[in-house]
Amino acid sequence: MADTQIVRPGYQRRRLVSSFMMGLAGVATCAGLAVLALILATLVVKGGAALSPAVFSQDTPPPGSDGGLRNAILGSLMMTALGTLIGAPIGILAGTYMAEYGRFSRLTQIVRFINDSLLSAPSIVIGLFVYTVMVRPMGHLSGWAGAVALAILVVPVVVRTTENMLLLVPDQLREAAHAMGLSRAYVIRNVTYRSAQAGIVTGLILAVARISGETAPLLFSALNSSFLSFDLNAPMASLPVVIFQFALSPYADWQRLAWAGALLITAAVLVLSLLARWLSKTEVGQ
Amino acid sequence: MALDASLRDAAGGTTRQSPSKPRLMRGLARSDQFFHVLTGSAALSVLLVLGAIIASLIVGAWPALSTFGLNFFVTESWNPVTEKFGAGAAIYGTLVTSVIAMVIAIPAGLGIAVFLTELCPKPLRSPIGTAIELLAGIPSIIYGVWGLFVLAPFVQTVIEPALMSTFGQVPVLASLFEGPPYGIGVLTAGIVLAIMVLPSITAVSRDVFATVPPMLKESAYGIGCTTWEVVRSIVIPYTRVGLLGAVMLGLGRALGETMAVTFVIGNAHRISPSLLAPGTTISATIANEYSEATGELYTSSVIALGLILFLMTFVVLAFARLMLARIERNAGK
Repeated sequence: MADTQIVRPGYQRRRLVSSFMMGLAGVATCAGLAVLALILATLVVKGGAALSPAVFSQDTPPPGSDGGLRNAILGSLMMTALGTLIGAPIGILAGTYMAEYGRFSRLTQIVRFINDSLLSAPSIVIGLFVYTVMVRPMGHLSGWAGAVALAILVVPVVVRTTENMLLLVPDQLREAAHAMGLSRAYVIRNVTYRSAQAGIVTGLILAVARISGETAPLLFSALNSSFLSFDLNAPMASLPVVIFQFALSPYADWQRLAWAGALLITAAVLVLSLLARWLSKTEVGQ
Repeated sequence: MALDASLRDAAGGTTRQSPSKPRLMRGLARSDQFFHVLTGSAALSVLLVLGAIIASLIVGAWPALSTFGLNFFVTESWNPVTEKFGAGAAIYGTLVTSVIAMVIAIPAGLGIAVFLTELCPKPLRSPIGTAIELLAGIPSIIYGVWGLFVLAPFVQTVIEPALMSTFGQVPVLASLFEGPPYGIGVLTAGIVLAIMVLPSITAVSRDVFATVPPMLKESAYGIGCTTWEVVRSIVIPYTRVGLLGAVMLGLGRALGETMAVTFVIGNAHRISPSLLAPGTTISATIANEYSEATGELYTSSVIALGLILFLMTFVVLAFARLMLARIERNAGK
């Protein structure tokens, strides 16, 4: 090797600098992966130790006594489901307009820009918004307000993925269907939607994954309740808010429950994101 | 306006032709019109939501802003007893924690992106990329709990003493690292934020790096450039607009991040030069007031904070989108 190398002044030094910088890049990657591993390991160790059947069968306790997270888990499931049910249709329809009817319209460009900004807008501001338009006029915190806050977070994710997925559908498919005399609405519903199905579902899963861990918007809308409740007109417990209050409390048993909740949420979110990833990959593979 | 015009077109078009069309076709055309209006109004509702958010925040913030005037932005105190509120400490904390986060996350994020595009063996690329992106999916409350119970003690016992002994004697830097190491404070909040924005900076800059034409890189390698020289002189200059977008996107996230910061910043309404001292951010202040804000001026001040935060992040994110749209257009050419 040595004799085939062209000898240039400074070449060794340049190679050294290069290896050093690339080494730093490798170190950064290892550090990133290490942090992920560390967070997951802490969650599994601390949360795993706190998991027991009681977590699923009992409600959040007063400090010092035994209890579980049943009301919080149910509250989270209800508000997440409702939020998705409200937000997903709006998101899918808006995405449809942007990819189909209004593909070249000015409205689409504006909506796309606004939507992208809403996508990363601070979620606590959404909570404040729902507080001023729902909680204050109604006079009390409620599960409905929580669901609406989550729905506002669902919309931008679904709009984005729906538009992108519909744009991936080849135009020949649409043209072929139109050529048979079918209307646009019919083509969209029966041809375009069908071929973009997996992608749209992926977007929905990502949206659910995003809102299931959201805490900030719920603080100002649904807050918390220590009882099992199905009443959406009353404050409602949710896993993230319970974790927030319990982890910051001085009580050891509350902190333990917070870790159990943290493990449950993270597991749910990671499973959902991996599912979404797998779905979109199989779609591309087809 | 464009929507109106196209709707009128659609409507006019169908009514003119409908008499000659069979009934089924007329039905289809009507359902098409209906679907057009339905999807169009869903798209409009996205704009309405944004408008409603801004309007409700301005209306809600008005009592506070008219009472305190411009002083609201610089007043440090946040005192519910005397009803004297100011956003000074919160704005300061937001900026400082975001700067710390950026100082850590930009080099690390770019490093990982370089590793993934230039160095990483092909079979490992996708799993490592996925793992880093999973970091982005973890809810912020989890970072908060982890930061409070794992990171803060580590910062208190290892990082802060090391910083104090290194910079303690350096004239200017010493004031940054003054005071007892609590573990809870501005520095820890910045580190947690760095971890949280790392995945988004990494993912976007990796995608941006992928837009560099291979021919450019190969020519540089062909004249004997090392990998680092190719990255520094070809890849980064070619993608600088997109990288700026990636950084601004991360900054937007860092400015607005709430729960993780609330756990580790200590919630102290004061401006302290030391990074080790507890502080607060706009979002953490709002989150801490959820159960306490009573009285009109108090609530209004919280909403005013929300307005400031929303406008700040909106400007930063809009800028990021513009930058990224520019590189997308270039890549499309």
